Amino acid sequence: MRGENVYRFKIFRYDPSERESGPYFQTYDVRVEPGLTVLMVLLRIRDEIDGTLAFRSSCRSAVCGSCAMVINGKIDLACRTQVSKFDEKTIILEPLPNLDIIKDLVVDMTPFWRMYERVKPYLIRKTPSPQKELPQSEEERKRIDQFVNCILCASCYSACPVVARDPEYLGPHAFAKLERFISDSRDERPLSDLLEFDNPHGLWGCDTVLKCIEACPKNVRPTDSIVNLRKRLIKLRLFGKDRK
Amino acid sequence: MIEHEVIIVGGGLAGLRAAVGLCEKYDVGLISKVYPLRSHSVAAQGGINASLGNHPEGRDDSWEKHMFDTVKGSDYLADQHAVEIMCKDAPRAIYELEHWGCPFSRFPDGSIAQRPFGGAGFPRTCYSADLTGHVLLHTLFERAISKRLKVYPEWYVFALVSDGITCHGVIAFDLLTGEIVPCAAKAVLFATGGYGRVYYYSTNALINTGSGIGIAYRAGVPLKDMEFVQFHPTGLVGTNILMTEACRGEGGYLINRLGERFMEKYAPIAMELAPRDIVSRSIQTEIEEGRGFDHPHGKYVLLDLRHLGEKKIMERLPGIRSICLDFLGIDPVYEPIPVMPCQHYSMGGIDTNEKCETALRNFFAAGECACVSVHGANRLGGNSLLETVVFGKIASESISEYLCGNEVKPDRGLLLEEKKRLEKKIERLMNGEGEKASKIQVELSKTMSEYVGIFRTEEQLKFALTKIMELKERYKNVKVSSRRRAFNYELTGALELEFMLDVAHTIALGAYLRKESRGAHFRRDWEKRDDKNWLKHTVFKFNEDGEPEVSYKDVIITRFEPVERVY
Repeated sequence: MRGENVYRFKIFRYDPSERESGPYFQTYDVRVEPGLTVLMVLLRIRDEIDGTLAFRSSCRSAVCGSCAMVINGKIDLACRTQVSKFDEKTIILEPLPNLDIIKDLVVDMTPFWRMYERVKPYLIRKTPSPQKELPQSEEERKRIDQFVNCILCASCYSACPVVARDPEYLGPHAFAKLERFISDSRDERPLSDLLEFDNPHGLWGCDTVLKCIEACPKNVRPTDSIVNLRKRLIKLRLFGKDRK
Repeated sequence: MIEHEVIIVGGGLAGLRAAVGLCEKYDVGLISKVYPLRSHSVAAQGGINASLGNHPEGRDDSWEKHMFDTVKGSDYLADQHAVEIMCKDAPRAIYELEHWGCPFSRFPDGSIAQRPFGGAGFPRTCYSADLTGHVLLHTLFERAISKRLKVYPEWYVFALVSDGITCHGVIAFDLLTGEIVPCAAKAVLFATGGYGRVYYYSTNALINTGSGIGIAYRAGVPLKDMEFVQFHPTGLVGTNILMTEACRGEGGYLINRLGERFMEKYAPIAMELAPRDIVSRSIQTEIEEGRGFDHPHGKYVLLDLRHLGEKKIMERLPGIRSICLDFLGIDPVYEPIPVMPCQHYSMGGIDTNEKCETALRNFFAAGECACVSVHGANRLGGNSLLETVVFGKIASESISEYLCGNEVKPDRGLLLEEKKRLEKKIERLMNGEGEKASKIQVELSKTMSEYVGIFRTEEQLKFALTKIMELKERYKNVKVSSRRRAFNYELTGALELEFMLDVAHTIALGAYLRKESRGAHFRRDWEKRDDKNWLKHTVFKFNEDGEPEVSYKDVIITRFEPVERVY
């Protein structure tokens, strides 16, 4: 296939049941009309050219977090990436780094979820709730805004150099989630909960090189949460003060 | 074989809410074909209705007024006792979610913020910017994690096992291993969502194939009111991504090619905030009469937010702005948004009563896959999220009640037999040469969008039915080219297509038979609502020949006698 709008997709392929052949890149030529996203191309390839291609997808509108992958060397959601934004006509698709590959572009998210669960990612209350809503000012609500926006797509986790060298490192997503709750005016967890992460696999593991911020498709800044949590931890150590 | 006291299928809002209500008392397994946070609930934008009375202009709101708006919006087809349950319970449900951490937007006094929505007499839609589904789903998932709910992510359920009277469990396909796993349970809840992908132009996620509805139907559970399909007025041209009703709730205009705010012709009082069925028909009429714009992916009108100003757009509609920037390269602060009506919601579904019970003992359904019916012929914006959390909780209570009063023993033999049958079916699909399922799915969805759309005629519906029968015939020759079972999306797609064909068949048949116009079902050849003959629910049952058998049942009217609907 030749022509102006034909793009060459080089897609990472791997099937663990065919261990002897190992991973390789497969090439597909696809005609692309304006507005077509990388995800739409992948769907077209699976539907029309090669039914064996595996990748995750769901909302196709950048809110569900299924389709993060490496697109021409940069981590992003396939569904929100326009093919036409690239100058070159060759597009390379690879699975997220830092996670084991299950098949093609599908990675094993188990460690990602395990770390997420470790920070107790839910509102913790001690005092009984009123009959109505717990009051929260607009400003207090704003404080958690960017962290609420996290869609748990694992882009930050995959971009993180610390995760790459230390599989026991908690990861940027988990800290962003922890900060989302600790800085929520309604949450009543003791600040001493942070002591669990007062170590190199926890809050002190971060290199603060901001790779997570660069990778996040939803403008969340996990590094901010890590810096905030470190400050809280130091205050706790210095003054022994618990909670805000 | 896995075994749980309760198996919940679907990890969206309804499934998670039910699970949260059950998992401390019972051994619960939640099966979802995607990670629960990838469920389509996440995509809901505008909000969730409850008569909290927090808005300065909403102080006089009450559950009765919410109920009235819902019944009127439904074009009087909703069962009123069920609507009453939902609207009465709404404030409690909102406070519960808030206490569990849901980050609602706030008013200056610290109360939950509320905005106006279509078809509502008061501003009663609670929201979190335009990411309400996202925050609700995350909140309920967080709650489920705190209770250590057992989840089977990326397991696709493709059969409900029943002996005709009682349900014994489900059969699932473990995507990771490709294994077929019988799952025994004393009670099963389906919370599998809607069927948007049966339509070509749909706001729904790719996973919304409606196969849960089709699975229940094939197991002999009746479906209800399938002909009522909601078309959302404002889907983005090209991708059909939802542009929330909150755009209009916050004051956005709809504009045609002549620059007119055309809603004044169709709903002079409510204008852009008329219910969705009316706004969608108005847009479609403008387009058909030549006052729309052209685009390679469909004709459109404009949704203009510019006069709201950058600050309001950034604060209340940030998600809309990102979608427009990411997918169309336009900034709604400076440019109007090209929109067209797209399939959006399934009013019909698995026939349940107000306790989420179905005709099959110990089989329950809740959320969009179910039809209680609280939405009747047309759902109001903000009521679908409400339905999921109210009826998710009710489902958990009904199941709890059922398990307390009944000694149930799932028949493992029956489950193994069904597994064998399905093994053979998969072998058949994966052997030999034949047609690709995706090709049939495209033809099916195009047929539905074109012939079973916003405006319908007998001729079109007849054509659609013929086409669906032809596709059903062709389905028999579908083959899967990918021969390994693990992570074989082509295979799950082929399995789902069979259910999509059934679902489409009931939609088209119900629409063909209903000779009136009510809510979202509009017949060009029968333009009036006909309460004398058609104030009734359509019920579809899968008969021995594999065809839908249609019957009707009465609408339950408790408070509001049907009157003409004017906005």
